[in-house]
Amino acid sequence: MNTSLMTRTSLLASLRLMVVLAVLLGLLYPFVVTTLSGLLFPHQASGSLLYDSQGNVVGSTLVGQPFLGAQYFHGRPSAADYAPDAAAGSNLAPSNPVLRERTLDEVRTLQERDGLSAGEIPVDLLAASGSGIDPHITPAAALAQAPRVSQARGLPLPAVENAIQAATEYTGLLGEPAVNVLRLNLALNERALNERSPTDE
Amino acid sequence: MNEVILCHALVIGLALPLGLYMARSLNDDRKAPLDGLFRPFESMLYRLAGIDAQRTMTWQAYAWAVLKLHLLLVLLAWGVFMAQGLLPLNPDGVAGMPWDTALHTAVSFATNTNQQHYSGQAQLSYLSQTFAIVTLQFVTPATGLAVLLAIARVLLSKASVARFSETAVQPVGVGNYYRDLVRTLLRVMLPVATVVALLLAWQGVPSTYQGAQTLQPLDSAVTESQVIPRGPVASMVAIKQLGTNGGGWYGPNSSVPLENPTPLSNVIESVSLLLFPVALLVAVGVMTGRRRLMTGIGAVMLAFSLASTAAMIVSEKMPNAAFEGLAAAGSPNMEGKEVRFGPEMSALWASWTTQTSNGSVNAMHDSFNPLGGAVTLMDMFVNVTFGGIGVGLIGYLLYLMLAAFVGSLMIGRAPELLGKPLETREIRWISLAILAQPLVILGLTALAVALPGLAGNSNPAFHGLSQVLYEYTSAFANNGSGFEGLGDDTPWWNLTCVIALLVGRFLPMLAPLAVAAWLAGKRTAPAGRGSLDMDSGAFVGLTASVIVIINLLGFLPVLVLGPVAEQLTFGF
Repeated sequence: MNTSLMTRTSLLASLRLMVVLAVLLGLLYPFVVTTLSGLLFPHQASGSLLYDSQGNVVGSTLVGQPFLGAQYFHGRPSAADYAPDAAAGSNLAPSNPVLRERTLDEVRTLQERDGLSAGEIPVDLLAASGSGIDPHITPAAALAQAPRVSQARGLPLPAVENAIQAATEYTGLLGEPAVNVLRLNLALNERALNERSPTDE
Repeated sequence: MNEVILCHALVIGLALPLGLYMARSLNDDRKAPLDGLFRPFESMLYRLAGIDAQRTMTWQAYAWAVLKLHLLLVLLAWGVFMAQGLLPLNPDGVAGMPWDTALHTAVSFATNTNQQHYSGQAQLSYLSQTFAIVTLQFVTPATGLAVLLAIARVLLSKASVARFSETAVQPVGVGNYYRDLVRTLLRVMLPVATVVALLLAWQGVPSTYQGAQTLQPLDSAVTESQVIPRGPVASMVAIKQLGTNGGGWYGPNSSVPLENPTPLSNVIESVSLLLFPVALLVAVGVMTGRRRLMTGIGAVMLAFSLASTAAMIVSEKMPNAAFEGLAAAGSPNMEGKEVRFGPEMSALWASWTTQTSNGSVNAMHDSFNPLGGAVTLMDMFVNVTFGGIGVGLIGYLLYLMLAAFVGSLMIGRAPELLGKPLETREIRWISLAILAQPLVILGLTALAVALPGLAGNSNPAFHGLSQVLYEYTSAFANNGSGFEGLGDDTPWWNLTCVIALLVGRFLPMLAPLAVAAWLAGKRTAPAGRGSLDMDSGAFVGLTASVIVIINLLGFLPVLVLGPVAEQLTFGF
């Protein structure tokens, strides 16, 4: 029985095995999955892109965008300024004084912009996301901005609140209710366009 | 909390049938399920590679076959990373990697660690992400599983123990690495990964060979353009999660909505973290006929796992001290977390990914509260709470051997394991494999913090020490996650981590293989009334205590200097 034991293996066999495995696992498998996904789920496969009514790509439902204007809902603080190619969290520890300073700055901005007071601010408006491109805020964080947006757009508050509700995702069994900021702002823009030119398509 | 319970139920519900399927597919019988489908592919693969997949190898031949294949894979990946600028499948025109980052990345993926000192979406071409990285993400977990099969075959299997019982046999055949590897890949990992990849693509993970999409954002007052990196992402994310790999397409890993788009994809990816490590307990129990032993091991692992997850959830539902008096009262720690997951599912992931040596993240560990940071570190010190595929159970067997040694001495018997005498040579290698961990981690940590300018901390004081400790712990545990604020893309970090990666992977994997083969070749003493019963509750408890005591002895002091001290600065 001992005579049939393999006591050595050749380097050449390892080399050939490596090539075969790399072609199978590193080229063929991704190709099959990518091709199948493209056929079955073309919208998701190419990045869940969002288009405006003119057909221009304005974003992806999965990627948050930076907003500055008063007529827009604003997303969470981002360590990457919402650049997906540089996606990052802040990686600041709770004990880091830099995090406290950043938060105090943010509080001052929110006080001026939305009249929120310290001690009542929804935490996601102060805490940076992990990805730096979180497309969502909590419903509370959206409602806190609703009066400002309503005023800036000249829209009644209930209409803005309805728009928030329409842009709220994951209210079912899984996940936390989350308002997609880009979808919400896009819907408000489209609504404004339609009202300005009701005869247009 | 419902989602956390659902994930546990899904892991158990899926791991049982998968484990039974693996037991029937990977054993040494003549017949296995779906032979008609898989056998032609296997024969073709063996022929193309020109390998003998039939003869059984000595442990030395098995170990060398593992090392040779991995050495070649490191060279291939290293070359691809450095030359990617000149190679095809590079629509975004990414340049080659510097040599030290490329070496660290190649070794990191070849050791099933996937520690990343770069951001994949900006610094790797599609060829690097697939041909180099996805290949390693399949081969390395399959190798861990193969070595476990070899160890189980000679050390645990009741049939083989009976075969060796009468006379001492040397040398012992432990199986054929090529056969174990190829069968694991074709019959188990590829089919499961394909299903998971398609599910993730359906949920929104990009899956295309087109380059990045550039667009003009809605509020162009801020910026004129946004670049959305894409690629064949879904195929990678599936095996990243399933293979205890962890290295993602995008820098911040599965916190990025493109890598983990919805709460449902998050459940799929969370369950994938634990699926194979748990299924392996079932598979080994069935294959070796040692169901009671595996049940005992599974119970200890589950107890460690639940304790870790509970502590992590408590930690991350507590407020972040930096937001005190500013955020609404009672808010959880949302720094570094995503709204769609919330604190509980972020905590579950952090706990499972550090238990299983996976290392993917859906929230930033650097921004966790100190208790949460301490839990991730402790999970990685222990590293056998289910653990990496194959190597988790191998690591547990190391502790089990040590517990058998200690236990035998406690009841006044000559040290033995399953009737085989544990002698000096075995104990020497078992001890070395266990003690290498504190030596390498604490030694390198001390060096990095002692030499000014090397550490590259982004956070001051106690948390700065935790960052350095985390990096080496993650490297040695082959985990791959990080306290990512660390400025780790320097020659110092790249090269010292390579040492921790290699020692942490191959010593605790191959030393037990040698010990198993040595033990198998010895005469079995018949079990008597006074022999150590490894299925007994007392022995299960003893092993658990050995694990806890060894890790506390090694790492409690440094935990006090890191997360414990950080917590104390908050005044409670």
